[in-house]
Amino acid sequence: MQRPVVREENGQRVVRSHGILPIVANQIALSRGGRQIFESVDFTLAATAETTVLLGPNGAGKSLFIRILAGLVDADRGHVTWSGTPPDRRRVQRIGFVFQRPVLLQRSAFANIDYALAVTGTPAPERTARAHQALEKAGLDHLANQPARELSGGEQQRLTLARALACDPELLILDEPAANLDPASTAAIEQVLKDIRSNGTPVLLITHDLGQARRLADQVVFMHLGKILEQTPAREFFNAPRSREAAAFVRGEIVI
Amino acid sequence: MADFNAAVSRALSLIIGLDGELFEIIVLSLKVSVSAVVFAAAIGLPLGAALAVARFRGRRAIIVLINTLMGLPPVVVGLMVYLMVTAHGPLGVLQILYTPAAMIIAQTILITPIIAALARQTIKDLHSEFDEQLRAFGLSTFERVKTLLWEGRLRLVTALLAGFGRAIAEVGAVIIVGGNINHVTRTMTTAIALETSRGNLELALALGLVLLSMALAINALVLGLRPMRHRSQPYGLRL
Repeated sequence: MQRPVVREENGQRVVRSHGILPIVANQIALSRGGRQIFESVDFTLAATAETTVLLGPNGAGKSLFIRILAGLVDADRGHVTWSGTPPDRRRVQRIGFVFQRPVLLQRSAFANIDYALAVTGTPAPERTARAHQALEKAGLDHLANQPARELSGGEQQRLTLARALACDPELLILDEPAANLDPASTAAIEQVLKDIRSNGTPVLLITHDLGQARRLADQVVFMHLGKILEQTPAREFFNAPRSREAAAFVRGEIVI
Repeated sequence: MADFNAAVSRALSLIIGLDGELFEIIVLSLKVSVSAVVFAAAIGLPLGAALAVARFRGRRAIIVLINTLMGLPPVVVGLMVYLMVTAHGPLGVLQILYTPAAMIIAQTILITPIIAALARQTIKDLHSEFDEQLRAFGLSTFERVKTLLWEGRLRLVTALLAGFGRAIAEVGAVIIVGGNINHVTRTMTTAIALETSRGNLELALALGLVLLSMALAINALVLGLRPMRHRSQPYGLRL
C-alpha cells in the first residue's frame, strides 16, 4: 500500500512521487467542434501536498483541461508528462478522479468500492477491510448494502469520493464535485477534502464557486477562455489578483 | 356461441390431458425458436456491442441496414431463405428445405437485427454514462466492454426475450421454408393457420391459448427483470 510521504523542503510539503507528480503540460492545443479551446497552454502541477483549485467561469475549459492532465482526453498538439514520462493506462489508476456527476455501477455501495479496488489491483483479502474502512471514513457504512444508484445525490457523490480514496491515490482530481449538491453534502465533501489534505494527498479541484475556493485552496490556478491567467498562492490570488479578469471574478462580477 | 364454448372446453381438455399431437407441436416450436435465439444472440450481442463502442468505416451503413431488417415482414425473410435453400438455390446442396434447420435459419435472420439493435442501444447508453469513469480506472477496452455487458445484463436478457417473442409468434417465414408438414415442421403458428382454415377450431384454440400464456409469462418475466423504479413506465412485448 503506497502513501504519499510528505517531507518539508524550503517550507513546502513535498510528496514523494510514485509516478504521477509532477504533472507537466507543454503547449497544449485542442479544438472541439471547430472551436479552438486551447491554443498553447503550459502548466505544471508540482509534487507538493497542496490543494490546487482550478478556478474560472463556466466555459473556461477547466473540465477538458484536467481530462488532458489525467490522460482521459488527448490534446491535438503538445504533450503531458507524469513524473517525466507520457501518461499510460497503468498509472491512471494512481489518480483518483471524481466527476461532476457521480458514476456508480448498479450494485451496492460496498460493491462499488470493492470493484474499484479489484480493477486497480488490490488483492482480494485486503479489499473487504479497505472498502469498509473507506465507507466508514465517508460516514456511509450504514448504507454499505444499499444499491448505490438509489442513494441521494449527496450520498452518491460522497461514495464516489470514498471509492477514489479507497484506492489510495497519489493525486486526487475532482471536477466540480459539489456543483449539484445541497449545502450539507457540500460541507461533508469539503470536510473530507480538508482531511485528506492534512494526510498529505495532493488535490486538484475544479470549481467556479469562489467561496469553496477560498475555503480549500492553497494554490489557485485561474483559467479564462482556455488560457491560464494566473497560478499563485491562494492568499495572494484573493488579495491581489494580477489579471483584470481574475480581479473581476474575485469581486464577484460576471466574467464573460 | 355454443360452438365457441365447446371449442374452448375441448381446447382446455387437450391442454390438460397433455395431448400428444399438441405437445409435439409445442416442443418443435420451442426447439426452433430457442435455437434461433441462441444463434441470433451469438451474432447480435457482439455486433450490437461493437456498433455501440467502436468507431469504424461502414458502421452507420450497418446500423441503417439493421434498422431496416428489423421491420422486415417474416414472409419476405421466408421467401429469401426459400430461394437460398431450394433445390436450385445456392445452398440447395444442403437439402434443408422443409426441415427445422431451414426454419431456424429463417428465424435467426428475422430476429438477429432485433437483438443487435436492442443490444446496441443498451450498450450505447451505458457506454456514454460509464466510459470515462472506467477509463479513469485504467481499464482496457476489453475490460470496459466486459463491465458494460455485465451492467446491462438485465436489459440484454430483455432483448433476447423480445427476439424469442418475435420468433415464436411469427408464421410467415416458417410456413414458407418449413411447409407445415405434420410431425416434421408443424409449429404452433402454422398449425393455427391450417387448423382454422380447416374448421378444426379446438386444436387451433388450444395452441392459441398456449401462445397467449407464453406471451403473458414472457412479459411478466421482462417486467420482473426491470429495476423497481422503472416499472411504472408502460412497456410491453408483443407476440
